[in-house]
Amino acid sequence: MAIKRRDFCWLAGLSVVGAASGKVLSVGAEETSGSGSTLIGEPLLGKRWAMVVDLQACRKEEGCRDCIKACHATHNVPDLDDPDEEVKWIWKEKFHHAFPDQEHEYLRHDLRHEEILVFCNHCDNPPCTRVCPTQATWKRPDGIVMMDWHRCIGCRYCVAACPYGSRSFNWRDPRPFIDETRTDFPTRTRGVVEKCTFCDERLAQGRPPACVESCESKCLIFGDLEDADSAVREALRTRHAIRRKPGLGTQPEVYYLV
Amino acid sequence: MIEKALTGGRGYWIWIACTLSAIAAGAYCYVLQLNTGLGITGLSRDITWGFYIAQFTFLVGVAASAVMVVLPYYLHDFKVFGRIAILGEFLAIAAVSMCMLFIMVDLGQPGRAFNMILHPSPRSILFWDMIVLNGYLVLNVLISRASLNAERNGEAPPAWVKPLIILSIPWAISIHTVTAFIYSGLAARPFWMTAILAPRFLASAFSSGPALLILVCLFLRRVTRFDAGWEAIRKLAIIVTYAVLANIFFVLMEFFTAFYSAIPEHVEHFTYLYVGLDGHRELVPWMWLSAALVLVAAVLLVNPRLRDRQGLLTFACVAVVLSIWIEKGLGMIVTGFVPSPLGEVTGYAPTLPEFLITMGIYGIGALLITVFYKVTLSVRGQVKA
Repeated sequence: MAIKRRDFCWLAGLSVVGAASGKVLSVGAEETSGSGSTLIGEPLLGKRWAMVVDLQACRKEEGCRDCIKACHATHNVPDLDDPDEEVKWIWKEKFHHAFPDQEHEYLRHDLRHEEILVFCNHCDNPPCTRVCPTQATWKRPDGIVMMDWHRCIGCRYCVAACPYGSRSFNWRDPRPFIDETRTDFPTRTRGVVEKCTFCDERLAQGRPPACVESCESKCLIFGDLEDADSAVREALRTRHAIRRKPGLGTQPEVYYLV
Repeated sequence: MIEKALTGGRGYWIWIACTLSAIAAGAYCYVLQLNTGLGITGLSRDITWGFYIAQFTFLVGVAASAVMVVLPYYLHDFKVFGRIAILGEFLAIAAVSMCMLFIMVDLGQPGRAFNMILHPSPRSILFWDMIVLNGYLVLNVLISRASLNAERNGEAPPAWVKPLIILSIPWAISIHTVTAFIYSGLAARPFWMTAILAPRFLASAFSSGPALLILVCLFLRRVTRFDAGWEAIRKLAIIVTYAVLANIFFVLMEFFTAFYSAIPEHVEHFTYLYVGLDGHRELVPWMWLSAALVLVAAVLLVNPRLRDRQGLLTFACVAVVLSIWIEKGLGMIVTGFVPSPLGEVTGYAPTLPEFLITMGIYGIGALLITVFYKVTLSVRGQVKA
């Protein structure tokens, strides 16, 4: 079959574009390590996952860091000493930082000095996913705000958009700062953003989030808001709950029982 | 035509060597940054955008300001700008190129930048910024190339150029509007979340850009046989005057809304800028310097008799460019992060590698401008022997 020069040029051009995009697509794919696909139980399926933090129970365990340790160990979160570069998925924050609009001069003494557990709010109307220029972060149908660390270009627009400071950027290679690297969860590379994912990988294996499992005082209640009989709905039905910065319209799915 | 940039006097080559050394130093530091990560910069968990993004913001303004020459010349047939229209377009090309480089060096994973095209996200303002900046670059390259070719051959520019020029006018407005939208749509950052941000960006752009062009024209008149003409410079000075006044007005409106409403999260950012917050006063002297410069410039520019004196006009233009650079290139971006949404007050200063990378990109811009202007003036036979 004879091929005209013009057609040949077109074909050659298209192949170059195709090869280039294939190359771009495969970057990162090789970095993925298997994220533990062994099924332990039936996957936990929800329509709108949410977390309730029982501050009354949490308050009694002053200084407890079990959930933070469990989360960070499970997800290979690096331990950088420098507060300017630290990466954190879940941590404790002063009350007036977590709830700036709830603070006043005569605030209950215990609340004022209390450290509040904070993490990604998995907002129903997340500003972070809206701004992402590559759809590297998005809201799943079950409400989890997910991150793709292999697609993230590290522009940090999501960090600027999050009103809760829930997102961390890898200012340098995090791997040397991981105490014990777990092989059933991917590590991250420098230059990408990361955050809490409500343990999507554990839900898929039928297990609750690591923080929930690690808390012996049952301060963390996880469940499906669409399920009227769920533990989260029961907690919200019977006790007064507040959310962080509700006025911004982000609809956080993390509730605090004060 | 590029060969015309390869001949020049001693001063020309010293200048080229300066830009090349700035580029080399910047390139070296960028390799360091690629190897270490953005931890090499002064950025941190709380202040995640800094010097790079601020320069990007300032330069989008310089790029957009070309419209202040193009619009009167092509739309109102204001012939006096005939000689400088192409200088404005070339300035825009260099500025947009620098903008894109500043975005690239700010990315944590620059190798994945093409993900923006592979996964287009129309809900993200950055996606639209990519489109308007690239579009503006292409428009200006096509327009200036065609105009210069026509000038060399002594013909009228081809007919297809005119619609592109008309299109480039609203397009110039769009690049700074979309850039303002990157910031002004974030509920998490009250300092930026103001509807007047885009108009403010445009006012500051239309003051600093034409001021820069006046300085360039005065400089070219000294070292080449090119003369923009005093009438053109006077008209540019009037544009600068109105834009400077509009910018001061807009900034005062921001002050009023923040301080009269007295909402703490709006007030705190201005407090950080002009007084300092929690012992952090890094930007305070700069901001007062910026305010002083722009006020002095306004006084000089408003008075026609002072404005018409070349020495005073030069001083006023330097003051305007410097003041707007401080406002956008130092204050505007970092302050959005101080205090953080959690109330943390963190300090920030660019590190040496960060500064050198920035200088490297400015070096690339200076080199581009130099080559463009050299070629243009050679075509016109206005280079000094």
